[in-house]
Amino acid sequence: MSTTHATAPPEDRARKPLTPKSIAIWVLVAVIGAIGWSVLALAQGEEISAAWMVAAALGSYAIAYRFYSKFIAWRVLKVDRNRATPAELNDNGVDFHPTDRRVLLGHHFAAISGAGPLVGPVLAAQMGYLPGTIWIVAGVIFAGAVQDMVVLFFSTRRGGRSLGQMAREEIGPVGGAAALVGVFAIMIILLAVLALVVVNALAGSPWGTFSIGMTIPIALFMGFYLRVIRPGRVAEVSVVGIVLLLLALVGGKYIADSSLADTFTLSKEALVIWIVVYSFIASVLPVWMLLAPRDYLSTFMKFGTIGLLFVGVLVASPALKMDGVTDFAGAGTGPVFAGSLFPFVFITIACGAVSGFHALISSGTTPKMLQKETQIRMIGYGSMLMESSVAIMAMIAACVLDPGLFFGMNSAPGVIGTTVQSASEAINNMGYVITPEALTAAAKSVEEASLLSRTGGAPTFALGVSEIFSAVTGDGLKAFWYHFAIMFEALFILTALDAGTRVGRFMLQDSLGNIYKPLKKVSWWPGLIVTSAITTALWGYFLWTGVKDPLGGINQLFPLFGISNQLLAAIALTVCTTLLIKSGRLKFAWVTGLPTLWLAVVTLTASWQKVFSTDVKVGFFELRSQAQAAIDAGKPFPPAKTIGETETAVTNATVQGTLSAVFALLVIIVIIDATRVCVKALRNPEAVVSHEDPYVESKFVAPAQLFATKEEKAELEAAGLGSGGGRISEDREGQPA
Amino acid sequence: MTITTVGKKVWRFIQELTDETAYERYVEHARKHDAAAEVMDRREFERCRMDQREADPKNGFRCC
Repeated sequence: MSTTHATAPPEDRARKPLTPKSIAIWVLVAVIGAIGWSVLALAQGEEISAAWMVAAALGSYAIAYRFYSKFIAWRVLKVDRNRATPAELNDNGVDFHPTDRRVLLGHHFAAISGAGPLVGPVLAAQMGYLPGTIWIVAGVIFAGAVQDMVVLFFSTRRGGRSLGQMAREEIGPVGGAAALVGVFAIMIILLAVLALVVVNALAGSPWGTFSIGMTIPIALFMGFYLRVIRPGRVAEVSVVGIVLLLLALVGGKYIADSSLADTFTLSKEALVIWIVVYSFIASVLPVWMLLAPRDYLSTFMKFGTIGLLFVGVLVASPALKMDGVTDFAGAGTGPVFAGSLFPFVFITIACGAVSGFHALISSGTTPKMLQKETQIRMIGYGSMLMESSVAIMAMIAACVLDPGLFFGMNSAPGVIGTTVQSASEAINNMGYVITPEALTAAAKSVEEASLLSRTGGAPTFALGVSEIFSAVTGDGLKAFWYHFAIMFEALFILTALDAGTRVGRFMLQDSLGNIYKPLKKVSWWPGLIVTSAITTALWGYFLWTGVKDPLGGINQLFPLFGISNQLLAAIALTVCTTLLIKSGRLKFAWVTGLPTLWLAVVTLTASWQKVFSTDVKVGFFELRSQAQAAIDAGKPFPPAKTIGETETAVTNATVQGTLSAVFALLVIIVIIDATRVCVKALRNPEAVVSHEDPYVESKFVAPAQLFATKEEKAELEAAGLGSGGGRISEDREGQPA
Repeated sequence: MTITTVGKKVWRFIQELTDETAYERYVEHARKHDAAAEVMDRREFERCRMDQREADPKNGFRCC
């Protein structure tokens, strides 16, 4: 069987020398990026426009995409446009189906991006905008996007197998099991941290609590509509849902101004109970009731808000008020999170630079929808660059705020006290100036009772967003934009809690099912209730400690989350490196090997410090022993006020310290096991068993990039296909095009 | 392109993004080789799809 193509094979096209025009364009892009970086780095004490940060980031992304991702695709992975993908081969119209690359880009991006890139950069802003921005951009170019793309490639070559399956197959049962335990533990910490972000954003805010609460009846209505009234008409009901959501947002203001305000003003403890109970119920209800409709709502909100934010930053071009590098970067004494720049900036900004969780999407779901291998560059690398730009937006939102206000919002009450006077004083001692009146005025401008110690990133992000948007729309809408941003973030966190609890439950059912058979049946409801309850209780415990522990909260939990997320990335990159070596690409193993090494160094240093540091703010066990000593002496350990609180602190420090150690051990196990496998493969290349699916020739035509090239257009036309591509119809096959 | 055709394209894109088109795809797939093949009606199909999602929560999972 021979198919005649009117155009040259892609490899020849890929090596085509650059034309003078394209050289000129890329030099220009490089110059713009370089100017952006220079302005960012050299600004001494004066405020610079956020547009420079956007220029630096976008310039770097463009060059990385054009050159580095192309190098990885053609030279390292050797993507083959003539090789059929699992979607083409196993097309069943349901989970395996070749999907228009532009739709898949949106699909993949919606799946990988969530609240993560909005939180990390905000917290990292305590060290100034420069360290975080450099890591977001460099991290995504050399680690994050590479991981997403390479995992996507290998999973595509293996029928869409999941990361866990690939780890088991390529490394062995020990590495595979360690990876599985890792994923479960990370899921629990992730859920607790996300829930804590919501609790801190909604506590004492009737406007926020009401509008978020209203998303439940809205989702129920949408679910009912899709199930009963007009099955499957997602787009139309989503539009209705969005309108209702905006009405709920407007309604929140009236509730906050009415006598109902007290009903919706909840303490942190009350919110924890509401959220845990809600998540448990939501996760045992059928997916059509809450999860599926919420998913649609959050996807639309995500695209809408991120789009608006880009426009807002470009139109308003706000000034960055934060320093490039603050004193906290070197000293490690920052109030937001403890520890010095290395390793903690690289831990705090996880999603946005590199996120292990993406490996779970890049393997499994997306490969089953990919039309052509050549598209992994756009889908894998491209989507991650988009996510990274969201992190840049979050960094901008945090840095346009007055630094004094930023530290007032992000320091625990133990540091700044609970009144505007004490906060103003404490912040002045940090070296930033803000008056008590300014703190009160800021809270009033967004109609919140107080903005002090609103840790977790969401309120800071929302305030920055409201600042940027109201520069365009006028100050009258400031409070509305603030709550809009809170709603946006809380909405998809609540969806994540529901979905994450389900995944955790599923993993539990699967593993406990080995001990007690009926548990494996996912529809057996006693098993379902019990495993859901266990999962919710586990993350609920961490959430509770985050709220109750006088020393805890975001300050203690977020580093733990960062470490675990980067650990998952290290595991995914280790699997990629092993696969590169086993498939005879040793000379290119550095492409994933170097980022693996970097992440291993970062996570292991961070874990080491969290376990062994003698600085009580950093080391969990140091904290434990000092607090225990205080108890033995019959005194509370500040900022705890009672012996009881101190005892809580001891227990929590023990749990969290132990977890840090376990995480580190898991990475070490996976890396050692993978190294063993790699060495074996190098010593005896003939014995390597390839798990790659056999080659089947592709009968599918589709462009590789967002826009089709001239050759691709000709090819599509010859096959009689539209811009989305498609299968070459059988009667045309074999005819000269 | 007029505004209406652009609008239609955008709407179509949204439908594909939300996977509203799954049913069309299913019918097309089922009838590719046999034009008279029995297919589920939309209501039945959507229920079936939700049941599948229920059975493996990893389908449609989103991350941080």
